[in-house]
Amino acid sequence: MIDLHWLYVLAGAIFAAFAISSVRDRTNPRRLANAVFWGLLAASFWFGDLFGDLGNGVLVLALVAIAGAHLLGKGQGSSTSPKEREEYSRRFGNRLFLPALIIPLTAFVGTLAFNYTPLKGLGLVDPKSVTLVLLGLGVIIALAVCYAWLRPPATAPIEEGRRLMESIGWAAVLPQMLAALGAIFAAAGVGTTVGAIAGAILPSGNTFLAVLLYAGGMAVFTMIMGNAFAAFPVMIAAIGVPILIHQDGGNPAVIGAVGMLAGFCGTLCTPMAANFNIVPAALLELKNQYAVIRAQVPTAIPLFAVNVLIIYFAAFA
Amino acid sequence: MIDYWPLLGILLVVAGFALRFNPLLVVAVSAIATGVLGGMDLGKVVALLGKGFNDNRYVTIIYIVLPVIGLLERYGLQQRARALIGRMRGASAGRILIFYLAFRQIFAALGLTSVAGHPQTVRPLVAPMAEAAAEKVHGALSDEERERVKAMAAATDNIGLFFGEDIFLAIASILLIQGSLAGFGIQLTPFQLSVWAVPTAIAAFIIHSARLAWFERSLARSAKTARS
Repeated sequence: MIDLHWLYVLAGAIFAAFAISSVRDRTNPRRLANAVFWGLLAASFWFGDLFGDLGNGVLVLALVAIAGAHLLGKGQGSSTSPKEREEYSRRFGNRLFLPALIIPLTAFVGTLAFNYTPLKGLGLVDPKSVTLVLLGLGVIIALAVCYAWLRPPATAPIEEGRRLMESIGWAAVLPQMLAALGAIFAAAGVGTTVGAIAGAILPSGNTFLAVLLYAGGMAVFTMIMGNAFAAFPVMIAAIGVPILIHQDGGNPAVIGAVGMLAGFCGTLCTPMAANFNIVPAALLELKNQYAVIRAQVPTAIPLFAVNVLIIYFAAFA
Repeated sequence: MIDYWPLLGILLVVAGFALRFNPLLVVAVSAIATGVLGGMDLGKVVALLGKGFNDNRYVTIIYIVLPVIGLLERYGLQQRARALIGRMRGASAGRILIFYLAFRQIFAALGLTSVAGHPQTVRPLVAPMAEAAAEKVHGALSDEERERVKAMAAATDNIGLFFGEDIFLAIASILLIQGSLAGFGIQLTPFQLSVWAVPTAIAAFIIHSARLAWFERSLARSAKTARS
């Protein structure tokens, strides 16, 4: 059965290729640090399950040390110049969009085929990893098409991929690090503390304030954890079920569903949700790493208010 | 008695991000401080950090698309995206992003969350298209305006995804809500929950579209002051 491990092998191979291509980049004075950083990531994908928890922990600290000491650099790159790109763009025309659409199209057709044909029953692909398997398949098909049509130099996909990887830099592993931090926060009892505080400051007898505290708790705790999934079980246990549902008789479907969405408003406002907020800023080569968050906050605040009103009026109608 | 010590790690993260230390360093220091204050020994904290990192490798898989995107950029994909918008009549950055918001919300609501994303669509297509449209309507952009257009493109992708996906029945967050409430003896079907994602989805579209329209106007204003 094709599962997540096949993708780890593929991802490991790509990071290993980035590492090798980094070593050979004489335009980057810090090429060795780059090679070690991407090499460690390749090792994590390939052998992470063999290293043991402490071994992985040491690997993490090595990544942090390289990034924290600002050892990562950027090469000049061997890509085409803007002028050459204009020429290629005219030569290949709108057909250039086709390979770019292969990845989304594979996800689209593959998801439909998997869910609405007997494919699911064959046991070929692990249902939990379908999305990522289709992503990998889309990448492989798109690369094959590009090689056949554009005839790039053999190493061009790796060189060009590394160019983008270097512009993301250390931010690439931040989402994974934050997920690990979330596990430690949970083990140290942060959730219990936040739930206890929310419960302790709860005003009694005022449904609107209880709704506000529940939704606000979801948003703030999501900002802390970077993820509404970690906040939901805590807030539903501290306020949602005992106060809003049992004491005040609110509709549990509204309280659950819209409470989660109030948490998503928090996700828009926090650097802890790095894969949505920090990585894109690096990927788009923005000067301010918080530029995406700044663009989102003015939408998040009124939307949060709307969620509070939906819970108050729809759950207690 | 509430135990406040675990919250020190959160303060460290907030202070570290605010003072713009390297975020990886901030996270590692906060993780170790939180674990040690929570009563674990150093070896155990490092092991827990390693396990958390290893268990979450799937979030880093997305970068396998970079060789394809980089290769297409080499052959002028961004230039092509710009040229397409240049020939389109009535295109503006605001309209393109409102269209993309609707597209992202509808596809996410159908469970097709991975047909778009920052590496797959925003960097190669949406951001250059929005930039080209803004240039076409308002003339050359300053660095700051260019940065705002790109950031708005990324923000629109996130908002479309977050406030579309919960309408789909089989998404992880709906299953988590269902499971958490079931733990308190409250039985709900995914459908009962996901219909309540619809009002917020509509509100998100209205609020963010209005902001995009206003954003278009603010680009016009700053272009006018730059010319005069």
